[in-house]
Amino acid sequence: MSAETVISAQGLNLTFQTNDGPVHALKDVNLDIQKGDFVSFIGPSGCGKTTFLRCIAGLETPTGGTLTVNGMTPDQARRARAYGYVFQAAGLYPWRTIGGNVKLPLEIMGFSKAEQAERVARVLALVDLAGFEKKFPWQLSGGMQQRASIARALAFDADLLLMDEPFGALDEIVRDHLNEQLLQLWARTEKTIGFVTHSIPEAVYLSTKIVVMSPRPGRITDVIDSPLPKERPLDIRESKEFIDIAHRVREGLRAGHVDD
Amino acid sequence: MKSLVPILTIVGAILLIWVLAVVPMNMHLTADQAQRDGLVVTPATPAERQAYSGLGLSFANLELIPLTYGLDRPRLPSPHQVAGEMWDTIALRNVTSRQSLVYHGWVTLSATLLGFAIGTTLGILLAVGIVHNRAMDMSVMPWAIASQTIPILALAPMIIVMMGSIGIQGLLPKAVISAYLSFFPVVVGMVKGLRSPDAMQMDLLRTYYASSAQAFWKLRLPASVPYLFASFKIGISAALVGAIVAELPTGARAGFGARMLVGDQYGQPLVTWAALFAAAITAAALVGIFTAMERLTLRRMGMVQA
Repeated sequence: MSAETVISAQGLNLTFQTNDGPVHALKDVNLDIQKGDFVSFIGPSGCGKTTFLRCIAGLETPTGGTLTVNGMTPDQARRARAYGYVFQAAGLYPWRTIGGNVKLPLEIMGFSKAEQAERVARVLALVDLAGFEKKFPWQLSGGMQQRASIARALAFDADLLLMDEPFGALDEIVRDHLNEQLLQLWARTEKTIGFVTHSIPEAVYLSTKIVVMSPRPGRITDVIDSPLPKERPLDIRESKEFIDIAHRVREGLRAGHVDD
Repeated sequence: MKSLVPILTIVGAILLIWVLAVVPMNMHLTADQAQRDGLVVTPATPAERQAYSGLGLSFANLELIPLTYGLDRPRLPSPHQVAGEMWDTIALRNVTSRQSLVYHGWVTLSATLLGFAIGTTLGILLAVGIVHNRAMDMSVMPWAIASQTIPILALAPMIIVMMGSIGIQGLLPKAVISAYLSFFPVVVGMVKGLRSPDAMQMDLLRTYYASSAQAFWKLRLPASVPYLFASFKIGISAALVGAIVAELPTGARAGFGARMLVGDQYGQPLVTWAALFAAAITAAALVGIFTAMERLTLRRMGMVQA
C-alpha cells in the first residue's frame, strides 16, 4: 500500500438500541481505503453498507472501534467539509433552479458570489448539465436530477465522494450511462469514492476495490481488489476478468447469506 | 375556470332549496297579513292555523303562495329581497353613511386584517420556537389547542370589557379576538411546514456542517411556504368570524356583527341577512385573494409547473 490512507476503520462496531432489543448493524469492521480508490460496498439490505458510509460521513456514531477520515475523526472531517455526499434520492430543492441547488453548499460554506458562479458552471459542465443552470428540478429527468445532485456534492471540491445507492432508483439504461459518466468523472477529478450499491455488475464495473458485506450482524465477508484496467468501456462487462470478479462477489454474497 | 360549473351547480341547488323553503316558512305570517287585508284564508282564525304546519297551511292556501315572497318582515326572506337589500345598502348608499354596508364592512374588515396580522405573526413566531426549542415543543402546543376549546363567545365580552377598563377601545380589542382565532391554524400549519423536510434533507445539511440558522432560512422556511398559505386561508376566515363575534355581545355600533344584531333586535331580518351575505362574500374574497397570492408565489418560486 503505497498511497496515503484516506479512510481507516479498525474493529468498528455499531449497535442500535431498538424497541426489539439491540441490533448489531456493524460488527468488527476493518478496512483501509487509499487515496484515489473507487470502493464499492455491496450486500443485501441490512448488511450495514449504508450504515458504514454514514459512519464515515459522521452521520452515525460507532459504538466501538476506531474510524479515521483524512486522519481525523469522522465528525472533525464533517466539520472540515472533507467529503461530498450523494443520497439515493437527488433531493434537489424544488424552489431552487439547478444552478441554485448546486450553489447551496457554496452559500452555506461562505464562498464569494463570483466563486460560486464559477464553480457552479464548472461542476455542471463536469456532469454534462451545462445550459441547465436556470431550469427547475421538475423540468429534468430523474437521471439528470441525480447528476445535478452529484454536481452539488462536487461543488466544494472535497477529495472524498460518498455515494449511497445514487442510481438505485433509476432504470437500467440510464444507470449504465451514468456509471460510464461517473468513471470518466472519477478519472478526471482523481477523487476517492465510496459507493454503496446492491448491483453486482455496477460494483464490478465501477470499482477498484469491492467490499462484500453480509447481514445479522453487518460485517465484511470479502474485499476484492479489482484487476480491471482504469479505462473501462461498457463492453468490458463481457470480458472473462469481469465475469470472474462478478462470480467471486456472488460467492461472497452467498457465503454470508443466512436463510431465515 | 373549470371550477365554475360545479360551483354554479351548488349555488343553484342552494337557491332552489331556499326559494322552496320561503313558502312554508313565511305562510303563517302571510296568512295573518292576508286576513287583515280582507282576503279569504282557511282556516279562518290564527289559533286554528297554529295547528297547521307551514307546509300544510301552504297547501290549504295555494293562492297565497306568491305573497310569501313579499313580506316586509319575513321569517325567511326570499333571495331577491336579500339581493335588493344588499343592492340598496351597498351600491345606493354613500359609503360613509351608517346605512351603508360598505361602511360597516370596512369597520369589520379593518379589525379582521389587523387581527390577522397579529395572529399570523404570533403563530409564525410560536411555530419557529416550537420547531427549534424542545421545551416549547413540549409545552406550547397543548396550550394552543386548549385555547381553541374555549368558546370565543364566552371569551369575547371578557376581552372587550377588560381592555375597555384599561382604556383600550375600538379596533384593537376586536383585532385581539381575531388574532386569538387566527393564530392557531398558522401555528399548526407552520410547525408542519417547518418540519416537512425529511431526514435525508436534514442529513444533507449536516454533511455541509450547516448551522441551524442556515437550515432554517435555506430549507425549513422555503419548504413551509405551501403550508403557510393553507394556514393563511383558514386563518383569514377565522379572523373575520372573530371580528364579527367581537361586535356581537358588546353593543358595537358599527360592523357586520352590529348590523346582524340590529336586524335581529329591531325585527328587520333583511338587515341581518344582508349583513350575513356581505360577510360571507367578504370572507370568500379574502380567501380568493390568498389563493391567488399562493399561486403567484409558488409559481415564482418554481414549485408548481407553470
